[in-house]
Amino acid sequence: MDAVLDNLDVFVEGFTTTLSLTLLAAAGALILGTLLAAMRVSPVPPLRWFATLYVQAVRNTPLTVVFFLVVFGLPEVGVIVSFYRFAVVALTIYTAAFVAEAVRSGINSVASGQAEASRSIGMTFSQTLRLVVLPQAFANIVPPLASIFIALLKNTSIAYAFGVFEATQAMNRLINDNGSDVIAIIAAAALAYLLLALLAAALFSRLERAVRPA
Amino acid sequence: MRTPRLASVAAAAAVLSLLLSACGGDSGSDVAKVDENAKEQFAPGSRMKELADAGKITVGTKFDQPLFGLKGLSGQPEGFDVEIAKLIAAKLGIDEKGITFVETVSANREPFLEQKKVDMVVATYTINDKRDMVVDFAGPYFSAGQDILVAKGNPKGVKGPEDLTGLKTCSVSGSTPASTIQTKYPQAELVLFDNYTKCRDALGNGQVDAVTTDNVILSGYVDQAPDKFELVGKPFTEEPYGIGIPEGQEAFCDFINKTLAEAQENGDYAKAFESTAGKVIKNTPKLPTPPRGCDK
Repeated sequence: MDAVLDNLDVFVEGFTTTLSLTLLAAAGALILGTLLAAMRVSPVPPLRWFATLYVQAVRNTPLTVVFFLVVFGLPEVGVIVSFYRFAVVALTIYTAAFVAEAVRSGINSVASGQAEASRSIGMTFSQTLRLVVLPQAFANIVPPLASIFIALLKNTSIAYAFGVFEATQAMNRLINDNGSDVIAIIAAAALAYLLLALLAAALFSRLERAVRPA
Repeated sequence: MRTPRLASVAAAAAVLSLLLSACGGDSGSDVAKVDENAKEQFAPGSRMKELADAGKITVGTKFDQPLFGLKGLSGQPEGFDVEIAKLIAAKLGIDEKGITFVETVSANREPFLEQKKVDMVVATYTINDKRDMVVDFAGPYFSAGQDILVAKGNPKGVKGPEDLTGLKTCSVSGSTPASTIQTKYPQAELVLFDNYTKCRDALGNGQVDAVTTDNVILSGYVDQAPDKFELVGKPFTEEPYGIGIPEGQEAFCDFINKTLAEAQENGDYAKAFESTAGKVIKNTPKLPTPPRGCDK
């Protein structure tokens, strides 16, 4: 246990990065995913096609491959930023596909009469979506979003293999420096991930209660 | 269009089969000669006797380390570590079929030994004091040193680790070289991946300025692309590779050291090296002497 207690600062540094990766990618994925969902239900066929293609292509690709394409593919076309930013981009791209499907299922859960009624009183497509459909859909989007973001929290660990010093990399560093305490270090890292995931779950269940229709 | 396509398929198949046969040709080890009378030589109750009687040994090695332990298309790990393991097994009267290779990554070498999941670990395993607290080391069987790989022409003028200040320096997460940079040269901006191939690619397209790890690994990359990379060529650490065994098996440790010394004597050690890492590293090393002793 000493190896863990003596190196708490390394763990804290690692988990801080894990957390910031998660939050940035979650924000990015929420925006991109909602746009994609809007495109998938939009009346413009090319937008629908693009969004469908995006979701199918990204959702069915392993995250490691997405990371590879971003971290080693983008530099081939001249885009070179820090590995941390690459990680945020890769996680956002990947998670957005799942968010898009969660949002779309929420939209589909709203009775179609709602959209028809708002169109018939002269609202535009985007007004319908923003003012009528999405607010009602939200309660049904929150539960799947919780699962997606908890998965995202754990998915950030892939970034360890792509040049980002996050929790898993912190764990690896400690393991190498403290060969006598490997199990304690891994257990501590697992526990910290678990606590963060439970915290996220708790926040989402509060949010779920708050948005539940009365 | 039919003919050209067929031709190119045929050509691809031919190339592939050449590649496969080239790889396959290396996999068999001619170096290790199985000792048929092994069983009788060992004292009853000794670890060697147990292993020899069982006719089986489980060896932890790397599956992703070029030149030392790399599992490729043949499905069997290949490299210097693997040959060393075969030499020791042969001395116990165990042939290749009796050896089970298990992948040990850096993080599970100690646990596997402590839990006796493997009988020994030959996995570019640097001997150090913290590790020695929980496992025992025979050897060393090889002495590497940490060096620096830079882009051809050395654009940043790196002559040694002290020149890495502010430079993006790539290594593998949880490795000894990374830890050395961390503690001794903290001014370097360390970027860590999970394997050195990614470091090499990142250096190739300019995302990092240098790659650092044991010279033997870096030599492999220079060999693959001499027009892209060069080695600084001044090792600044000593990394004695040992053979990890569970604690409290001094006799087994002595036996391994004796086997290594014999292999050096009769040329098996040199052959093991030349058939693997020696394809890239031209100077065949001698077994580091003296062994560090098993009673530590």
